Amino acid sequence: MPKNPNVKKVMVIGSGPIVIGQAAEFDYAGTQACRSLKEEGIEVVLVNSNPATIMTDRDIADKVYIEPLTVKVLEQIIEKEKPDSILPTLGGQAGLNLGMELEESGFLASHNVKLLGTTAATIKKAEDRQEFKDTMEKIGEPCAASLVVENVDDGVAFTNTIGYPVVLRPAYTLGGSGGGIAHNQAELEEILENGLRLSRVGQVLVERCIAGWKEIEYEVMRDSAGNCITVCNMENIDPVGVHTGDSIVVAPSQTLSDKEYQMLRTSALNIISELNITGGCNVQFALHPTSFEYCVIEVNPRVSRSSALASKATGYPIAKVAAKIALGYTLDEIKNAITGKTYASFEPTLDYCVVKMPRLPFDKFITAKRMLTTQMKATGEVMSICTNFEGALMKAIRSLEQHVDCLRSYDFTELDDKALLKRMEKVDDQRIYVIAEALRRGIDYDTIYDKTKIDKWFIDKLAIIVEMEHRLESEELTVELLKEAKRIEFPDNVIARLSGKSDGEIKDMRYKNNIVAAFKMVDTCAAEFEASTPYYYSCFDGENEAVETNPPKKVLVLGSGPIRIGQGIEFDYCSVHATWAFAKAGYETIIINNNPETVSTDFDIADKLYFEPLTPEDVENVVNIEKPDGAVVQFGGQTAIKLTESLMKMGVPILGTKAEDVDAAEDRELFDKILEETKIPRAAGGTVYTAEEAKEVANRLGYPVLVRPSYVLGGQGMQIAISDEEIEEFMAIINRIAQDHPILVDKYLQGKELEVDAVCDGTDILIPGIMEHIERTGVHSGDSISVYPAHTISVKVKETIAEYTRRLAKALHVKGLINIQFIAVGDEVFVIEVNPRSSRTVPYISKVTGIPIVDLATEVIIGKTIRELGYEPGLQKEAGYVAIKMPVFSFEKIRGAEISLGPEMKSTGECLGIAKTFNEALYKAFLGAGIDLPKHKQMIITVKDADKGEAIEIGRRFEKLGYTIYATRSTAKALNDAGVKARKVNKIHQESPTVMDLILGHKIDLVIDTPTQGRDKSRDGFLIRRTSIETGVNCLTALDTAKALATSLENKNDSALTLVNIAEL
Amino acid sequence: MRAFLILEDGTVFEGTHIGADREVVSEIVFNTSMAGYLEVLTDPSYAGQAVCMTYPLIGNYGICRDDMESAKPWCDGFIVRELSRNYSNFRADYSIQQFLVENDVAGIAGIDTRALTKILREKGTMNGMITTNENYSLDEVIPKLKAYTTGKVVEKVTCKEKYQLKGSKSLDENGALSGSAKFSETDYKAGKREMKPSLVKTLNGVGKKVALLDLGTKDNIAYSLKIRGCDVTVYPAVTSAEEIIADAPDGIMLSNGPGDPKECTSIIKEIKKLYDSDIPIFAICLGHQLMALATGADTYKMKYGHRGGNHPVKDLATGRVYISSQNHGYVVDMDKLDPKVATPAFINVNDGTNEGLNYTGKNIFTVQFHPEACCGPQDSGYLFDRFIEMMEVRGNA
Repeated sequence: MPKNPNVKKVMVIGSGPIVIGQAAEFDYAGTQACRSLKEEGIEVVLVNSNPATIMTDRDIADKVYIEPLTVKVLEQIIEKEKPDSILPTLGGQAGLNLGMELEESGFLASHNVKLLGTTAATIKKAEDRQEFKDTMEKIGEPCAASLVVENVDDGVAFTNTIGYPVVLRPAYTLGGSGGGIAHNQAELEEILENGLRLSRVGQVLVERCIAGWKEIEYEVMRDSAGNCITVCNMENIDPVGVHTGDSIVVAPSQTLSDKEYQMLRTSALNIISELNITGGCNVQFALHPTSFEYCVIEVNPRVSRSSALASKATGYPIAKVAAKIALGYTLDEIKNAITGKTYASFEPTLDYCVVKMPRLPFDKFITAKRMLTTQMKATGEVMSICTNFEGALMKAIRSLEQHVDCLRSYDFTELDDKALLKRMEKVDDQRIYVIAEALRRGIDYDTIYDKTKIDKWFIDKLAIIVEMEHRLESEELTVELLKEAKRIEFPDNVIARLSGKSDGEIKDMRYKNNIVAAFKMVDTCAAEFEASTPYYYSCFDGENEAVETNPPKKVLVLGSGPIRIGQGIEFDYCSVHATWAFAKAGYETIIINNNPETVSTDFDIADKLYFEPLTPEDVENVVNIEKPDGAVVQFGGQTAIKLTESLMKMGVPILGTKAEDVDAAEDRELFDKILEETKIPRAAGGTVYTAEEAKEVANRLGYPVLVRPSYVLGGQGMQIAISDEEIEEFMAIINRIAQDHPILVDKYLQGKELEVDAVCDGTDILIPGIMEHIERTGVHSGDSISVYPAHTISVKVKETIAEYTRRLAKALHVKGLINIQFIAVGDEVFVIEVNPRSSRTVPYISKVTGIPIVDLATEVIIGKTIRELGYEPGLQKEAGYVAIKMPVFSFEKIRGAEISLGPEMKSTGECLGIAKTFNEALYKAFLGAGIDLPKHKQMIITVKDADKGEAIEIGRRFEKLGYTIYATRSTAKALNDAGVKARKVNKIHQESPTVMDLILGHKIDLVIDTPTQGRDKSRDGFLIRRTSIETGVNCLTALDTAKALATSLENKNDSALTLVNIAEL
Repeated sequence: MRAFLILEDGTVFEGTHIGADREVVSEIVFNTSMAGYLEVLTDPSYAGQAVCMTYPLIGNYGICRDDMESAKPWCDGFIVRELSRNYSNFRADYSIQQFLVENDVAGIAGIDTRALTKILREKGTMNGMITTNENYSLDEVIPKLKAYTTGKVVEKVTCKEKYQLKGSKSLDENGALSGSAKFSETDYKAGKREMKPSLVKTLNGVGKKVALLDLGTKDNIAYSLKIRGCDVTVYPAVTSAEEIIADAPDGIMLSNGPGDPKECTSIIKEIKKLYDSDIPIFAICLGHQLMALATGADTYKMKYGHRGGNHPVKDLATGRVYISSQNHGYVVDMDKLDPKVATPAFINVNDGTNEGLNYTGKNIFTVQFHPEACCGPQDSGYLFDRFIEMMEVRGNA
């Protein structure tokens, strides 16, 4: 069937801010789909509140609205743009829900807008628990015994009939939010209550527990003619019970015979056909380990995290094909872009093994419960490809960048066997390391299987790795042994460590014996057809097939690895734009990255894609083959920066700012010297290694002080300390991991935090604009609300900032990007830190000023000057809009995580509010972040003594807004004394009703809770904050945020919002 | 032990010896299925060939004897990148290592199977030798390789005597319907194993007598008919048309099989007689090629054939595309078809080659791919129902 000629203008809904369970994969899918639509001559209107995405670029869509993703806003955009269709299946669950609401309200029909792709009826059938169950029953596809309940009593009654344990799954939530396994009535009641609250429709599915079964997924495509194919199947190493997003996953399935494989494949096709899905779909199965019995767990009638993974694992571009299907094409009319010869109506076949590992944020949230459940917690993931499973796993481990490089990276030798087996029952991200330790001690496979239900085939593979460790330790390192160790991807440094040799000796021995990495192509067809797309992975047991090219100029762009808090999608944005800019300038471009969710690892972004870990050894393998003329590290976050020294040793010139200048910005002494020379003040401070030294410096400076490790992103480990005791605590935490660099102790200054991103060509600088943070210093810049243009500082401060930026960029010989953070105390400006590289704010500031910073930086790196590029150097004229970046958190997903804001970054994503006025922009930003008030007009204030004065002012404003204020004893007294009416509530351990009862009553809009300085010692405050988050109550821990919210509510205007088409800025 | 794979073009791969200890000269082909190695090994169509699996990890789930497509493996050699040292599956009886040794299949592991596949793709299928003799001489080996032909292999693989398979009288006989398996831990622990899941929901073939001409048939062809209720009589490939017709079947099924179809001169003659009868005929793979040859069409050898479970075929009558299981090195030449005799029913979406024929004015249709799957997708199993309908219509006429 050819393209539907009635489709001319399509609105694509994005997925909004990055949260756990909904991350970069939707930028990848959305970008691919938009490009695919534009290829067909379709006008694309894009809506997404997330400014860090590539899909919101003006060259990806024709009209770009970075507006809050609410039904009202979408209706307004539809009225303005009059699209004939909307495509809701590419924006994750958020996009799908919005599309459904628009359809169900009749708005789409009344405006003559069609839902493209899968129909509303289909989405409902797949998403509504009961309808889904009925449909599965009708076609004889089994589901686990279950009941949809809308209250706790029904849940308990049903569970009594099917027996504990049961799994609870709230309808319409993200990442399994609010779900879990209940083993007894108390757990059931707790999880159920929480789940009912979190579900958009107040429904929770209570289901027979099939934990321990094999979890298998199929990615399926279907077109409007009914043709269907499976793109790939995947097997979770962790059995049912761990969210697939948190599981180690392997593709294709390894332990299924053809009978099981085909049984589930046929089932997946039956399901997608019965649901009448057109486009991509993900079907998850639980397969009994000793029977043909299976259950359909769930179906996602849209592209998903798994479909992004499947696309990267096979080379089959699911989102692109889904977009073409939505336009009416059938699979046999769509070319397979990888081979260029065959069609989309075939099934990819793999001749390699793919392993995905989650990147979990337990290193960020050290108070959080380190446990994997049906609720997803990973912020990102890595994928690796190899010709064998062991190798793929070893590569994935070192791609994580969590100080792990082999199965010995966590040490459990201190546990005795009994304790070790007990530890093995704990389902967390360290379990494979625990199993490895058990294997080292000769504990048998059956025992391990009984504890973990991990298939013995996988246990055997871990055993092979453990045996190799032992051989390397105990045998002489022969060429044969080294070959075998490399075949299963032991990195040189691990081999060196185990065999008692140096890294250099291992490398020499390899090169002398020609044990070098070869690169194989991901071609969708196991070499059956010739493929034209250079998408490569490495192995040590084959011939190299990476095509040698000798273009005039060749550049290596280093990606940013897995998404983690502090290093998110922004850096992928920068890498992709830099790649495009280099290509435009005539370079052959090469990307190395290992994140399957991102745009940068799409096979047609760079001329060549190497899907590899980002360690010096893995990068060197690529360098040896490609011999690039230069590498660019300033766009790939800390991951890429960390590779600078190694690249230089390999003889690869670093393009742009030199490595020694990057060092100068990080090295305390060198940097102090530069500040002295350039006459720029900074907070006094010193560098230390031990707690004793830290205390000495702190006492010299006077408390409070900031303590932080150097060379980290996102303020990891950064704390404000107010006493010697806190210094000791924080230093102990930081020094848990051996530090290669000194720790910084600085005087804490309270003032306005300001930030710039600038491009420097060695002589001139270009500053697109100054961003001002709403929260005072002490809150990490990534967690602050950021306002462009800076609105409360004097012209003098602005000029000083521009001047300091110029001086610093020059002194550091910056070629390319520089990011600087300042504090203004009155008219005095201090520098906090300088990063001679891209930053988190680059996409945001590019979009709102219309200045393509990454493109300019790339041109500058290549040799152009800012003037040659048509820009007048200096601080650019302020835009006619106010743009506010609002951080978005995923606290509800991480049980036990401390939510109070501080110097360590905690947000997972961001959204933008852009408008003519500050107030409207602020309102939009809050709305985009999901803070839509007022509802019940009741709030709780509980603040520490030092904040009481400001709390009174805030309380007064909310009182004026009609809020009833509850407060704990001392806060209530302070408020009442100042004439703000506050009702006193009891603390948690006092008699009922307490503050907790109030929160659990679901009538509270907002909790303002400021923790005592430093890490909160009070369990009460922590409990209040956690309970608020888990019951969906907005909880603010910074007074400045609360003030901003008051401002937003005071200026709330129910009339239509003004819409801003970013593409016209 | 070291082993070598020597190709006709002089390429030598060095790897590790697996399976039986013997030297093998054979035609080297590759199969792209990711699962189903046992079905591949026991598919008689591989007689005279050594199969290279493009998926690198083989043997993971061991050998589940129930999944064998014939009584023994027929391929001469087996070429893999890695043979799993351990296996894991609830139905597994023993390891693939043991299976290869016991069934006298020689093989080689630890070679770059992708590099081998690329050679076969670029230069076309060629002959090769698997040997553990380290002192081989290319000058001696290559002429031997060039001289090798698969020869008349159908006679080798077909059954010696005819036998019968009674059709299922009730759906229970077929085992649990796919998706209806009921797990019993006690059964499993008592050593019981479930039947493979059944795919049919109705017994539409009860009372139908099907004559299956065994040209090297996979067991699942007869089984696909049996579970639908058909009584199947399997005849050796050398059976005369007269004998089959005398048994008065409601329909005739021509199976898959190995080798060059043009070698089967006498069988082709018998098939022409079957064509001339008015008994409905459904043919698969070699059967499809032989019917084409019997009725004046031509076949040719493809460069490297289709072997795998991911080939798209398009039903030209409906435009629908199905993913199919395939295993063939020869194909019917569409350019030389006489539309008065037969017209294309299916084509391969990838390369446009013929995948099925409708015989004009006849109750005959034939396909190049494998609707019986095993291994591979089950999407085209409906063709057995179409065959049963054809018998039904004739029965009612």
